[in-house]
Amino acid sequence: MPVEILMPALSPTMEEGTLSKWLKNEGDAVKSGDVIAEIETDKATMEVEAVDEGVIGKILIPAGSEAVKVNTPIAVLLQDGESADAMAAPKAAEKQPEAATPKVEEAEKPTQQGSASAPVPAAPKGEVAADPDIPAGTEMVATTVREALRDAMAEEMRRDGDVFVMGEEVAEYQGAYKITQGLLQEFGARRVIDTPITEHGFAGVGVGAAMTGLKPIVEFMTFNFAMQAVDQIVNSAAKTLYMSGGQMGAPIVFRGPSGAAARVAAQHSQCYAAWYSHIPGLKVVMPYTAADAKGLLKAAIRDPNPVIFLENEILYGQSFDVPKLDDFVLPIGKARIHREGSDATLVSFGIGMTYAVKAAAELEKEGIDVEVIDLRTIRPMDLPTVIESVKRTGRLVTVEEGFPQSSVGDFIANSVQREAFDYLDAPVITVAGKDVPMPYAANLEKLALPNVGEVVQAVKAVCYK
Amino acid sequence: MAPRKSASTSSRKTAKKDFNGDIIADFSKEDDLKAYREMLLIRRFEEKAGQLYGMGFIGGFCHLYIGQEAVVVGMQMALKDGDQVITGYRDHGHMLACGMSARGVMAELTGRRGGLSKGKGGSMHMFSKEKNFYGGHGIVGAQVSLGTGLAFANRYRGNDNVSLAYFGDGAANQGQVYESFNMAALWKLPVVYIIENNRYAMGTAVSRASAQTDFSERGASFGIPGYQVDGMDVRAVKAAGDEAVEHCRSGKGPIILEMLTYRYRGHSMSDPAKYRSKDEVQKMRSEHDPIEQVRARLLDKGWASEDDLKRIDKDVRDIVADSADFAQSDPEPDVSELYTDILL
Repeated sequence: MPVEILMPALSPTMEEGTLSKWLKNEGDAVKSGDVIAEIETDKATMEVEAVDEGVIGKILIPAGSEAVKVNTPIAVLLQDGESADAMAAPKAAEKQPEAATPKVEEAEKPTQQGSASAPVPAAPKGEVAADPDIPAGTEMVATTVREALRDAMAEEMRRDGDVFVMGEEVAEYQGAYKITQGLLQEFGARRVIDTPITEHGFAGVGVGAAMTGLKPIVEFMTFNFAMQAVDQIVNSAAKTLYMSGGQMGAPIVFRGPSGAAARVAAQHSQCYAAWYSHIPGLKVVMPYTAADAKGLLKAAIRDPNPVIFLENEILYGQSFDVPKLDDFVLPIGKARIHREGSDATLVSFGIGMTYAVKAAAELEKEGIDVEVIDLRTIRPMDLPTVIESVKRTGRLVTVEEGFPQSSVGDFIANSVQREAFDYLDAPVITVAGKDVPMPYAANLEKLALPNVGEVVQAVKAVCYK
Repeated sequence: MAPRKSASTSSRKTAKKDFNGDIIADFSKEDDLKAYREMLLIRRFEEKAGQLYGMGFIGGFCHLYIGQEAVVVGMQMALKDGDQVITGYRDHGHMLACGMSARGVMAELTGRRGGLSKGKGGSMHMFSKEKNFYGGHGIVGAQVSLGTGLAFANRYRGNDNVSLAYFGDGAANQGQVYESFNMAALWKLPVVYIIENNRYAMGTAVSRASAQTDFSERGASFGIPGYQVDGMDVRAVKAAGDEAVEHCRSGKGPIILEMLTYRYRGHSMSDPAKYRSKDEVQKMRSEHDPIEQVRARLLDKGWASEDDLKRIDKDVRDIVADSADFAQSDPEPDVSELYTDILL
C-alpha cells in the first residue's frame, strides 16, 4: 500500500510550517535517512528525512507552500513493486497513513499533544497518627538536642544495617558540631564515612545509594553548603519516585543545621524551611525540642521518602526532657500544641519557637492567653491542627527566622484565610526575618532577626490590644 | 577524523596500563547476530520515535540515539545479571539494550499508561528496577554522581556488581563529574564511566568546549585509568567493556572508557544541525556505521544470508511496529495518577 508522508512536527511547539523545498522529485527512489525536503519551523529550517524506502509517487504539497499544518500528507511514497496506479485509490492511505494508525475510537482518541481538559482531581489528604502515648511513670531525662540527634542515629544504625551516615567531618573529627560523636567508634568506617568537601557529589552518591534501597543519612555541615547540592536533592531525590511511576525512590535523610547561628553573616545564616517546603516529593522536618529531634529523626531515617531534617546550631546545646523509652518514634506531619490558650494562636517551628514561647509567657502577664503550636514538620504540614486552633481563637500570628517573602508563614496565612476566613477576627500577621542578607555587625544582626518584642506586638495587634 | 581504532593504538599517559591488548573481541557468529539484531532494534525504534514525534504523538524533548548503537550494545554484552546501568537523557537505546520492553519505552514516549513510568516520566525519565536500569536523567551530569552512588551501594553490600555510568562529552565538563571521580577513586568504587563522545554537546563541538579533548585523560589527576575506544565497532566496545568491568569487579576501582562515536541526527528533534557539514555526517554513515559493519561481516563470513538478515529486519520492524501501535492506542494515564507516586 502506498505510504503517505506527513508534514512533521519538528519542535515541541510547532503547529504548522512552510514547505520550502523539495529535494526529491516524483519518480525518485528514496531510502530511509535520505533528505527529501526542507521545511521552515517556528525555530529553524529543518530537513525532512525519509523513514521508509520507496519511490516518490506524487508530491501533494508543492514547494513554497506556507502554513502547512502538521500531519497534512505532503507526498505519497510507493513501495516495492507498486505502480503509480496504486495511488488511484489513495483513500485507503488517507485514512491509514502507515505510522499513524491510531487504533482507538475517534471519541476517545487522545489528541496527540495533551488531551481533554479533565477536571483536576483533589489532592489526597494524608492521615497522620497522633504522637504515641508515653506510659505513666516513664523516666524523663534532661538531654541536649545534640545528644538526642546522636542517640536517634545510633539507635537506628543498631536497628538496621542499611543505615549509614556520610558527610564532611562526621567520622574522625566526630562531627563539625559533634552530632555524630562516638558513631565511628561504635559502627566503624564502613558506616560512618568522611567525605571530601564535595556537597554536590556526595549528595548524588547518597541518592544513588538510596535508589538501590540503602538508607543514607547525609549530613551537611550546614544547609548553606547544600545549595551546591540542591539539584541532586530536588531533581534526583524528590522526583524519582514520581518519574519512575512508583518503581524506585530515595529513602534518604539530608540533615544539618539551618538558619542563623551567631555572627557568621550572610552566606552562613539562612533558613531553608520555606525553600524545601516548596518541593513535592520531599518531607521537611524542623524540630525545636530534644524529644522531637530524637523521635522525628528516627522517623525520618525509617521513612521511605527523602526527608530534609533542619536543625539549628543554637538549639544544639539546649536541654529538654526526653522520655527514656526503647524506641521513641514520633509521626512526621503532626504538629504539637506546645501550650494551650484561647485568645490567639501563635504558630512557629524550630528556633522560631524560642521567640513564641517567651512571647506567650510575657503576654500571659498581660492577661492574653496564647495557644502556641509547634509545627515540627513543615511538609507535609499539619494544617488541620492550626485551623482548628484558629477556629477557637480567631487570631493568628506566625513566627520564623527565614526571609519574609514566600515564607512558611505566608503559606499558613493563605491556607487559613481559605479554610477559616469566617473565623478570623483580625488579619494574620507573619513575623519573619528582615528582608536583608544577614549582616555581620552584632547590632544589625540582632535587628535582622525576629525578636520577642515583635511577636508580643503582633499578638497584641491581632487582639486589638 | 575517523574514530581511532582501539584502546591500544592511542598513547596512554594515564595510569598503569592493565588492558591486556586483546582489543577487538573475537565475535562468534552468535555474538555478531545478537549485536546486529540489538543495534537494529535501537535504530528502527529511534526512527519510529522520530516519525511519531513528527506526527505529534511524542511531545517535548526527544533525543535520538541513532549512530551510537554499538556503544550500549557492546557494553551490555560485557555485563552480568545484577550490574547496573544509568545514563542521561539520550536513553532509549540503553533501555532497549537492558531488555526493557519496546512497548513500555514507546508508550512512555507517547505519555500513555502502559509506559514504563505510567506516562509520568517521558523520554528523559524512565527506570526499571527489574532490569537494574536507574534512569534516564534530564540534568546533564547528575547521573554521574548517582551512578557513583550505585557503585557505593555495591561496595557497601559487599557484592561484586558493577555500575555503568554513561554520559556525554558535554556532561564531562560538569563539576560533579570530578567530585564523583575523586570519591570513586578514593573509595575504589566499582564504576565504569563511559563517556559517549559524539563530538557535539548539543551544537558545540568538543574542541570549542573542552580544554582537554581526550576524555580518556579526564581521570588522570585521580589516577583513574582511561581508554579511548572505537565506539562505532561493537567488537571493540565489547572488548573494552570486558576488561573495564573485570577491572572494577576485581576491586581496582573506577575506570573510564571514552567511546568515540557519532550521532547522525540533531541533538533533539528541533535541531537542524547546522553546526556540522553534511559531508561529515555522510562520511560517518557510509564508512563507520556500526550496523553496516556487522552486516558486512555476517555476509562476508557466510554467517548469514541476505534472506537471514531480511528475516531479522522483519522481526525487528514487527517489534517496533507493535510498540508504535501500542503507544498510540494505549490510553493516557488515569487522571487519578496526578497525585500518586509523590510520597510512599
